[in-house]
Amino acid sequence: MIVPAIVFFACALLAVTGAILLILSREPIHSALSLILVMIALAILYLLLGAEFISAIQIIVYAGAVMVLFVFVIMLLNAGVEERTDFSKLAKFVGLPLGFFLLLVVARWLYTSRAGSVIGHGAEAVTQGFSTRALSAELFQQYLFNFEATSILILIAILGALVLARKNP
Amino acid sequence: MIIPISYYLVLSGVLFGLGVVAFIFKRNVIAVFMSIELMLNAVNLAFVAFARAHSQLDGLVFVFFVIVVAAAEAAVGLAIVIMMAQNRESLNVERVDQLKF
Repeated sequence: MIVPAIVFFACALLAVTGAILLILSREPIHSALSLILVMIALAILYLLLGAEFISAIQIIVYAGAVMVLFVFVIMLLNAGVEERTDFSKLAKFVGLPLGFFLLLVVARWLYTSRAGSVIGHGAEAVTQGFSTRALSAELFQQYLFNFEATSILILIAILGALVLARKNP
Repeated sequence: MIIPISYYLVLSGVLFGLGVVAFIFKRNVIAVFMSIELMLNAVNLAFVAFARAHSQLDGLVFVFFVIVVAAAEAAVGLAIVIMMAQNRESLNVERVDQLKF
């Protein structure tokens, strides 16, 4: 019964490590590979939460399609080592500590808030996962209009990308 | 043992914070785009955790829509990046300052 805890902490460590590597690496291709690591760790966490369909489309759409697009553009543009520029003193000595402070406050609020603890106890009652059948029924009945609207959104995105990528006359 | 939902929320918050830090500190425009994707992923984790906590499917439907919007955004954004690389011959965001006052 200790296995879910081990899987959770291993995946959490993997995801945070990947995010830190994304910040620290100076080659864009290394950033892309560490982002893929984060996405795969999150897909395993979705499986742990019982959302199989979301886990599958996380792998297929994010790690498969979107990140392949990123890697393709990085290789197409031959993106090399990122230049470093100096930050202002204000950003370095005031912005960074305030940013970490905000992060700590948000994490502490999430951890100690009444909502979090109540939800934490409530979740222990739930044992079975979400069924993909119920999810698709929800998606194609209650959210049908939104689903059709996203198809228009995708169409507009394709047209926008085509217009932007067209050679200038 | 079952992992409390608050652990997932803390992980989501930490990932979102790291995404914000990457968004501010990276200078390569492609890396800035990847940090946006990282923030969207962190939000997705929070959505799935809340859907699990309340045993409702609406959170998962929202994750589906977030993934669709992220894919559309990546397509348009990378087209803009290619345009920028052709016109400026640099991927540094500091070099794109024509609209800067």
